[in-house]
Amino acid sequence: MIRRTARAGEGPTDISRFEMRLSRVLRWGLAVSTVLILTGIVVSMVRHPEFMTEASSLEPLLRPGVAVDVTESLMDAPGRGLVTAGLLVLMATPVLRVLASIITFGRQRDWLFLAITSMVLVLMLLSFGLGRVH
Amino acid sequence: MTPLVFMLCVFVISIGGGCFGSMLGLGGGVIVVPGLTLLLGVPVHYAIGASIVAIIATSSGAGAAYLRRGFVNTRVAMFLELGTTAGALAGAFAAGLIEPRWLLLTFAAAITYTALMMGRYKDPPRLAADAMPPVRGRLRLSGAYTDPRTNEHHAYRVGRSGLGFVVSIVAGVLSGLLGIGGGAVKVPAMTMAMGIPIKVATATSNFMIGVTAIAGAGVYYTRGDIDPYIAGPTAVGVLCGTMIGTRFMIHLRNSAIRWMFTGVLLLIAVQMLRKGLWP
Repeated sequence: MIRRTARAGEGPTDISRFEMRLSRVLRWGLAVSTVLILTGIVVSMVRHPEFMTEASSLEPLLRPGVAVDVTESLMDAPGRGLVTAGLLVLMATPVLRVLASIITFGRQRDWLFLAITSMVLVLMLLSFGLGRVH
Repeated sequence: MTPLVFMLCVFVISIGGGCFGSMLGLGGGVIVVPGLTLLLGVPVHYAIGASIVAIIATSSGAGAAYLRRGFVNTRVAMFLELGTTAGALAGAFAAGLIEPRWLLLTFAAAITYTALMMGRYKDPPRLAADAMPPVRGRLRLSGAYTDPRTNEHHAYRVGRSGLGFVVSIVAGVLSGLLGIGGGAVKVPAMTMAMGIPIKVATATSNFMIGVTAIAGAGVYYTRGDIDPYIAGPTAVGVLCGTMIGTRFMIHLRNSAIRWMFTGVLLLIAVQMLRKGLWP
């Protein structure tokens, strides 16, 4: 399929290559996180066969908990840890996408958009970090 | 209900959320939160945590698909993201200072008004088939896309970027402070204020919402609201949903998307009104 994505004022090939690169970054992040999450769920089922048969084993899973430390839980609850790792990879995809744009705008010497995307990254990480303060 | 059945139910609900969210650029929280709380009795905190994950999954999944179609205006997205992230940060700071009740009631009114405007909105006249819009302004936001429904190439001019930027700050404050309504504000701003075709606006909004959601995700994660056994199946379900939703959306009539959007806006307004009146 031929895509026509040339934008006003852009080099004709830059922008579509750029979009494909961003798309690839997102897809890779999603693939890795999906595999981790599904593996984690399967591992949980294998280690806790009661998850498939006992209705009473649901309630403890829905109890308010604390943040899971990935490394710790990979040791003593590998299923849960793998799912959490998958979720963290998922949460990293938008960050990676912004990083990839920063690199591209830098290469294209598009200083205005380099500044815009860099500020977006800083603001993103700043407000993500705020969660640790509260 | 065994945990296995529970996770399958979460998965199925999330498919709906991802499908619907990716069509309208809203992120799927509109379906995931009520679906998990009302149908499965999930505590609200976990449902909101799962909805943050759903938004990020919708954004990345739908974003990847729409990017390949050339539906996403990446320059508009990155320009407006500056507004939404700044707004989200301001919203997080202001969270303790402002009574959310008045905010909810104000926005319920504003969104109802937007919904009515959206219902009456007509697309700007299409530019001639191979006319490229003139390069205007330093931001170079104008663009073009090919509509698979009609197989026509649409070039469009992006105007009033200042107004769009201000509204995206408001959208960011909304999602930072209330956790709802970010996409609902951005899409009307992009179409009605900036003159972007609705398909490009929803695709671009989809692409953007992940960045704003990340800003809030830190809070929920450290609080332990993102439960792996709820958010995990949500993420996978939403991703499957985006594969359906993105394929469906590109073939819809612009007016159909607009009407669906108007309906959802009214629904969000009712939700805000209810939260504002009976917190």
